[in-house]
Amino acid sequence: MTAPAFQLSGVSKSYRGTLALAPTDLTVPAGQTTVLIGQSGSGKSTLLRLMIGLVRPDTGRVLFQGTELTEANVLSLRRRMGYGIQGGGLFPHLTAAQNICLMASYLGWPQSRIQAQLSELVHLTQFPESGLNRYPSQLSGGQAQRVSLMRALMLGPDVILLDEPLGALDPVTRYDLQTDLKTVFQKLGKTVVLVTHDIGEAAYLGQCLVILRGGRILQSGTLEQLIRSPADPFVTRFVQAQRSPRDELRAAPS
Amino acid sequence: MNWVCLLSLLAGSTLAHAEEKRAVVHVGSKSFTESVILGELVTQLVSSAGVRAVHRQQLGGTKILWAALLSGEIDVYPEYTGTIAQEMFAGAALRGEEAIRKALADRGIAMTGSLGFNNTYAIGMREERAERLGIKKISDLAQHPELKLGFSNEFIDRTDGWPLLRDRYGLPQREVRGIDHDLAYRALESEAIDATDLYSTDADILYYHLRALDDDRRAFPEYNAVLLYRAGLATKAPEAISSFSRLVGRIDAKDMIAMNARAKLDRAPETRVAADFLSQKLGIAAAVREPSAVDRLLLHLREHLFLVSLSLLAAIAVALPLGILCARWPRAGQVILGVVGIIQTIPSLALLVFMIPLLGIGAKPSIVALFLYSLLPIVRNTASGLQGISIDVRESAEALGLPDGARLRRIELPMASPSILAGIQTSAVINVGTATLGALIGAGGFGQPILTGIRLNDVGLILQGAVPAALLALLVQGLFEILARVIVPRGLRLPSA
Repeated sequence: MTAPAFQLSGVSKSYRGTLALAPTDLTVPAGQTTVLIGQSGSGKSTLLRLMIGLVRPDTGRVLFQGTELTEANVLSLRRRMGYGIQGGGLFPHLTAAQNICLMASYLGWPQSRIQAQLSELVHLTQFPESGLNRYPSQLSGGQAQRVSLMRALMLGPDVILLDEPLGALDPVTRYDLQTDLKTVFQKLGKTVVLVTHDIGEAAYLGQCLVILRGGRILQSGTLEQLIRSPADPFVTRFVQAQRSPRDELRAAPS
Repeated sequence: MNWVCLLSLLAGSTLAHAEEKRAVVHVGSKSFTESVILGELVTQLVSSAGVRAVHRQQLGGTKILWAALLSGEIDVYPEYTGTIAQEMFAGAALRGEEAIRKALADRGIAMTGSLGFNNTYAIGMREERAERLGIKKISDLAQHPELKLGFSNEFIDRTDGWPLLRDRYGLPQREVRGIDHDLAYRALESEAIDATDLYSTDADILYYHLRALDDDRRAFPEYNAVLLYRAGLATKAPEAISSFSRLVGRIDAKDMIAMNARAKLDRAPETRVAADFLSQKLGIAAAVREPSAVDRLLLHLREHLFLVSLSLLAAIAVALPLGILCARWPRAGQVILGVVGIIQTIPSLALLVFMIPLLGIGAKPSIVALFLYSLLPIVRNTASGLQGISIDVRESAEALGLPDGARLRRIELPMASPSILAGIQTSAVINVGTATLGALIGAGGFGQPILTGIRLNDVGLILQGAVPAALLALLVQGLFEILARVIVPRGLRLPSA
């Protein structure tokens, strides 16, 4: 049994007096995909941002691979994490390749190592090589998301943190990317923490699901556990809150 | 670009400039033709005595010249006894030349004797009409109550103007109108009025064939022309004092009117007018250098660019960090923007005058003033450019583990560059325009011909300054458009997909 990727104990956060996250304990196991799921304002993004140190907790401690995140070590620890957000968060003044390689070249990697890593990532994410010299404004939403993923993976991080990565995509692109993401996660075998509000996506990509509501964790476990023994009626409601066109077909009068 | 290198180079040239001062006599003059001619006479006389003399012409009004003389920015300039008593030592109620001399000596300033004319208020009539009515003196006016008088509003209001004159001479005229000074001459010509106030050495006396009536009861204060100079000049360059003292008692009102008329009406350069007077009256052949139009243009361009570039570079060096500060700490930013904004509201003329006691006259105070005016657009655009970067992008950079400084250099400043550049462009264009005011305190540039043109009412001369200044502003504008193509990253200039 390897050490957990993250251990959060008694972590809470308020923004200007509004509670975003009540004191929370959470252990994120290494080597699998954990999905933080909930409605808007449930605290799932805050939880993820606490893990990478973009927000500092009001109370409690965040441990990354056994080391507490502090002001002093957050920069170096972050380089062992990859982070991606909705829309990609790409730097508009840099090409796709420059976006991906920014940190590696800042750290002074030799050009050969950068090139090798880049072509490996292009292959892994099935990104068209020709798109590398494009600027973010010239990329489609799906392409931007692949570039964002490559940027997150460039330094070979131990964990990948993704905040609604597929949030703004059309259903078909989203479906394709979900498939590709799953393949990538499986190939890499890394720890992944994913934030989404889509239970279908969570069930497809994640091994461990963490349901949040109003700044609190309601329940965490596998999909099966959530369905079989829900800790709260809301868990059941949330798990079932998904429409499928097939249901409509069945309900239609013949 | 190595701005530091350029800055030190420019700073070096100003220092070298300051060092020359010891061996040179600086002559000042006010912003009107008579003063410029007198300043030119002094300059040429001092030069002819073998001392290097520089004429810093049309520096502005009494306050500026007086301050410059006290601080040693200039060594000598022409002044009027009435002005010394009424303005410089207002409240001291100085009476007579000896009292004035003593007050000046206390400040380390000496005064020559009268140059020979008294430039005070006078009452003028058309020569031919005065002759017909037999009017020579102001007291003669009392016999002609039917005469229509038209005076400038200032003259009517001042206690030492019309009210004093009326009481002193017991003048019976009741038809007294306020009239614009320039219109008054035309009104005299068309006989709409019979007499008006004027200055006794006004060029227009000659042009309109006027007779200046004798102030036989001494109603008007004496404004005898004298030269004020620093007492220290006696040790620094005694031969300069003896050379310009040769003017004492040598210029009478007729001479001065004639010289004013040549400069103002015939548009002869003051240098030439002064040189001719010196050769005719004093038998001195002064070497007159009259630079060609191209030389003048290049000189003004060089002076102008010096003012603009140095002040703009300094403004960028200061405003950019201030703008970053504003973006990082919005609370401190409000204070910074407030202060920089207040500076912007100070009228430029006032700011220039404030600078004189601190920095003297010339390029230095002008550069500081232009620097202060250039701050706001750059600070504001830098701050708003940085603040306009979306939180997504900022956090993505943070999440990569890029340290603060690298984030600023690699992400935030390049992304804010269009806005920052636009701010610098605004500053530069405004700067080119505002720099024309530098001429008021002797900084030269395209303001110089504008100033002279206004003084001589010469539209051609005004355009010689205004057109190049406007072209320079356009050029600067265009230069920044090109610069934007080089500096702003390509990714920010693409239309979005």
